[in-house]
Formats: sequence, C-alpha cells, structure tokens
Amino acid sequence: MATETLSFIFLNAVLANNFVLALFLGLCPFLGVSGKINTAVPMGLATLFVMLVSSVCAFLINEVLVAFEIEFLRLIAYIAVIASAVQLVEMTLKKFSPALFRSLGIFLPLITTNCAILGLALFQTFKEYSFLQSLVYALGAGVGFILAILLMAGLREKLELSTMPSITQGAAVSLMLGGLLSLSFMGFAGLGG
Amino acid sequence: MAKKQDNTITWDTFSEGLWRENPVFVMLLGMCPVLAVTNSAINALAMGIATLFVLLASGTLISLLRNSIPKQVRIATYIVIIATFVTIVDYTIQAISLDLYNALGAFIQLIVANCMILGRAEAYSSRNPPLKSIVNATGMGLGFTLALLCLGVVREILGAGSLFGIDLFGPRFEPWVVMVLPAGGFLVLGAWLLLFEWLKQRKSETELNPAAES
Repeated sequence: MATETLSFIFLNAVLANNFVLALFLGLCPFLGVSGKINTAVPMGLATLFVMLVSSVCAFLINEVLVAFEIEFLRLIAYIAVIASAVQLVEMTLKKFSPALFRSLGIFLPLITTNCAILGLALFQTFKEYSFLQSLVYALGAGVGFILAILLMAGLREKLELSTMPSITQGAAVSLMLGGLLSLSFMGFAGLGG
Repeated sequence: MAKKQDNTITWDTFSEGLWRENPVFVMLLGMCPVLAVTNSAINALAMGIATLFVLLASGTLISLLRNSIPKQVRIATYIVIIATFVTIVDYTIQAISLDLYNALGAFIQLIVANCMILGRAEAYSSRNPPLKSIVNATGMGLGFTLALLCLGVVREILGAGSLFGIDLFGPRFEPWVVMVLPAGGFLVLGAWLLLFEWLKQRKSETELNPAAES
C-alpha cells in the first residue's frame, strides 16, 4: 500500500506529472478538441467525470481480480468498464445537451480510446493506491487534463488572430505549442516524484 | 456493411498506410505512444513492432468475424479483441526482455487505447475480406513503425548522442537533454510535420507553374 499523502498525490497528478504534458496521455483529444475554449471545457469535464467513474470501478474490479488470482484479465476488464462509463456520459449528454453532444462529435466516443483514462486505471493499480488515494489521483489527473486543454485552447484562439507562415497551418503549430507548454511544466518537476 | 466491394488487392492497398495516409504524420492517430516511447530508437522500434502485431492480428480476426458481429456492439467487440492481443504482446515482451518491458512501461498495455487500431478496425477490417485487411494492416503498421523510428532516431541522436545505443560523437558531445524529455517529443514531431508540409507545398507549387522551376 502506497504511503503518499493525498495532497501530494493531487499536486503530483496536476502539475509535476501532468498526464498530458509530462506523461503523454490523452493526446488525441488534447490536439483534436483544443481549437476553441467552448468545446475544450465540456470535453475536459466529460473526461474528468469518466476518470472518476472508471477509477472507482477499476479499484473494485482489481480487488475481485486479485482475490481470484486472474490478474491477466485486468486489461480486458478495465477497458470494458471504461467503454461502459463513456456510453453513460454519452447518453446523459445526448439527453440534456444535444447541442454540446453534436459539437463534441466523434471525440466523445473516442474518450474510450483516451489513453489517459486507461493509463490512470493502470497507474493506480501499479502504485497500489488505496481507495481514497485512487479517487484523489483520478481527480488530480482530470484537473490536470482540464488545465492542459484550457491552456492549449486559449493559445490556439490567440493564434487564429495572428498571421502565421502558410506551412504551419495544421497540426504542426499545435505540437510546437504543446512542446513549449511541456517545457514550462518541467518547472514543476521538483515538486513531485 | 457494403454489399458490393472491390476485392482486388493492389499495391495501393499496402502502400497507402506507408506514406499517403501515414497514421502518424498525416492522420495524427495514436499520438500517445508516438511521443512517449520514442526517446530512443530501440524503444521506438520495439513499440512499432508490438503495434504492428496487434494491428495485424486484430485486423485479421475482425475481418473474419465481420459478418457475425452485431452492429450495435461492434465497438465493444473490437475493443475486447484488441485487448486480448495486447495482453498476449504484454506477456511476450515481458518474457523476451525485461529491460525493454521496463523501458516501455505501461505503454505496452496502452496499445489498447491506441485510436489508430480501433480506427482501422472500424474503417477497414470490418468492411473488407481478410486477405485485403492483412495487406492493409501490414502497410499501416509499417507506416506507424517508420514514423516512430523517424522520431526515435532524431531524438536519440540529439538527446543522447547515440543511435541504437552506439555512441556517435565521442565523449566531447554535449547531449541536448531536452530532446529525450517530454517537451522534445512535441518539438521533434512538430518539426517533422513542418518539413512535410513544406515539401508538400513546394511540390504543389511546382505542379501549378512548372515553368517557374526551369
């Protein structure tokens, strides 16, 4: 059982080991949905929610798997849980906010293949976090994801207004921005472990 | 499911994944492993081969089962098939080389969440006969491996001064450490994309007015 304090886990997941900028998880939505702040925020919140749900489920499932000594099924069980959690979010959004549902488009079902979520479930298992620690870790990871995608969306909205050389139109400039953000997040490296 | 389909296998079936629709450089799919494990050429190659295997195996199986998978649960079915093969790869790499397993870390298991594989399953294998899917998956997988190598080689040369673990510049070389850190991954991939975009634009310009070149 890990002995890290809850505040350490939270800060570590948000800043020092930010899922997107330091661990390279969840890059597809990070690059795909960060064009506008209006779509980046709901995407971030949806991801946070799925993270919390799947973290709880993954913890419980892992207990069962360990009890029956069938850990080799872990990956399959986790991904099935995540897929169902995403389905739940999708149905909820479709019911309560069809406009938002349409604007997120293909990226909503793709949360299933957002490696940040599967990564979170796997990391909390590897680190042997307790139930509460897992929950805080999921919260930190989600907040970190929102932070990263918001920063990126803000930068890209500014870029729309400036004149750029024609070759940088497309993903290249987003990646360069990601690189600079990641460089600045390296400044937090001393905080965590 | 398309009833009438073109069953002929052409060179294009194979080569579109290599270059024209390269999963990394053109479609920007599966970015997480692309950036995370390419801090050295050997890791990049291992990851590429692992992904190629999963892509090939799951593509074949999905293509064989394409008429018996109900449409409503197809995504869940694909994911479970992919997860099975990833588990096989995970344990195989662990058995072959523990060093490599530790270097790649959780990213072997995260192949499941590689959107390229699910994307190919949905867009290609579920609509085409097995042989054609195999050819296409091989092309895609090789294209992915190629892209990983492109990044891995550049990052290892700049960040560690070596290539596949062989020292290139001697002891007086000062490694550009940021290149093997996360930020370097973003920057190198960005630079590759800029290069390709520049080449593409130059090519289309010369096609538009060939007189200007001569």
